[in-house]
Amino acid sequence: MLIDVHAHFHPDRSPRNDWREYNASRLAAGDRMGVTIHVASILGTFGRTSPTYFPSPADVTYGNDFLLGLQKAHANRIRGYVCVNPNYTEHALAEITRCVKAGMIGLKLAASRRADDPLLDPVCQAAAKHHLPVLHHLWQHRRHEWPQQEASDAVELCALAIRHPTVSFLLAHIGGGGDWLHSLAAVRDVPNVYVDLSGSGVDGGMLEACVDAVGVNRLLWGADMTLCSGWAKLRYLERLLTVEEVEQVRWKNAAGIFPKGAFPSD
Amino acid sequence: MRIDVNAFLGAYPWRRLPGSSPAHLIQAMDRVEITEAWVSHLPGLWWKDPTEGNDWLYETAVAHPRLKPVPTVHPSLPHWEEVLAEAATRGAPAVRCDPQFLGLAPTGHEMRVLAATCGSAGVPLLMSVRLEDLRQRHPLDTAGDLPASAVRTLIRADAELKLIVTHADRSFIEEVHFGSTPSEAERLWWDLSWIWGPPEDHLATLLANLGPSRFLFGTGQPLRLPEHSVAKLDLLDLSADARGAIEAGNARRLVAG
Repeated sequence: MLIDVHAHFHPDRSPRNDWREYNASRLAAGDRMGVTIHVASILGTFGRTSPTYFPSPADVTYGNDFLLGLQKAHANRIRGYVCVNPNYTEHALAEITRCVKAGMIGLKLAASRRADDPLLDPVCQAAAKHHLPVLHHLWQHRRHEWPQQEASDAVELCALAIRHPTVSFLLAHIGGGGDWLHSLAAVRDVPNVYVDLSGSGVDGGMLEACVDAVGVNRLLWGADMTLCSGWAKLRYLERLLTVEEVEQVRWKNAAGIFPKGAFPSD
Repeated sequence: MRIDVNAFLGAYPWRRLPGSSPAHLIQAMDRVEITEAWVSHLPGLWWKDPTEGNDWLYETAVAHPRLKPVPTVHPSLPHWEEVLAEAATRGAPAVRCDPQFLGLAPTGHEMRVLAATCGSAGVPLLMSVRLEDLRQRHPLDTAGDLPASAVRTLIRADAELKLIVTHADRSFIEEVHFGSTPSEAERLWWDLSWIWGPPEDHLATLLANLGPSRFLFGTGQPLRLPEHSVAKLDLLDLSADARGAIEAGNARRLVAG
């Protein structure tokens, strides 16, 4: 069993005209690698009609609907995170209720509002109510503002996680660029923050640092945009960890934080 | 047979880097079935005189025959031609110069003279576009990426130059390849280390459009996990001939001249 906790699919209204090929490629590569379940999100229209990290309410709904369609079409392979823009509280809460009812199993927060902002509290309370883990887009050590997103870093995510101790938070793509050492130091003592190993970065020493910082119990395998880098990390972990520890990272840790029955093994 | 044309030995100045000793590198090579690695002296890339790391590199290669030295040449230091000549004498598969780390203009006079001298000596010149993602570098690591325009300029500077470029992504490679004449493009080789594999089609598209003959297996280890370059090949449906060429044959032919 292998669960990719950080996957994306593209919708028909994305800027990419190869969205069908990309989605098919993701599933085919996942099959070759042995991915059992892709837990995915769609961030609106990925920039076509509103910004990827500041999706309009209409685009949020559209993206979630498209993902629900994929989840229905590939019921044995795809699960969904509800994407919300927390600046629109009522809409965000309604989306969570609607999409959980339709079968989504997690909440995706990108970069529409800083992670430690009080506006994130209502959506995290909803996550707690529905037992949803929260995958939060992160910049590993944000030293300054970056264009087209209100990026958060691990210190800010930890502030949110401490306010919501019953919710599991996934620190997104530790290999996604930025200073991962900073993030690992920040999350070390915050037990409800899990490290998602995805991202195109495959830095030597990074996986050892992840294990040292949070232990294998708080590591989750994921790929994000690049399954090839995810496979590389998995292969390396198979040399670094025991068989049982690898199983934890592959799926058991994920199965422990997503709602019961989310995956075939449950 | 698998030849890694892009590997390093020694400490990295910007963070702790495990696995950078010769013994550890060979362990990693065994782990991913790499037969031979072309290695450079990593800390020396930023030294005032990077050639001071070359002697150690040669000694290490003698002690570990699976490691082939790629010494650094600094074309603005006195006697740099002797460094290049020594590399040729010692059978180095290539020499390297990373102008962005040495404070050299990538298309300045020194680099163009180096390109021409490498061309006439028949020694391939290796350059990296980057070693780390710009987003994650140390605040004092202000060297920018090597620009694609520099590679276009250098390959045009000498008709005999053979240029190996590591850590380039799809857009960089396409810009240079299709901005070059066929005869210029035939003297350019690209390593796999920074090209995205599936689900993106970057590597598949490059192989389809440029042909496997232009690509070399490279990893960037120990700065990067060598498993990555193997995994991206494993995710493609390549013929045995194409895969063999990328993993070893092209490097062999490049060195054989």
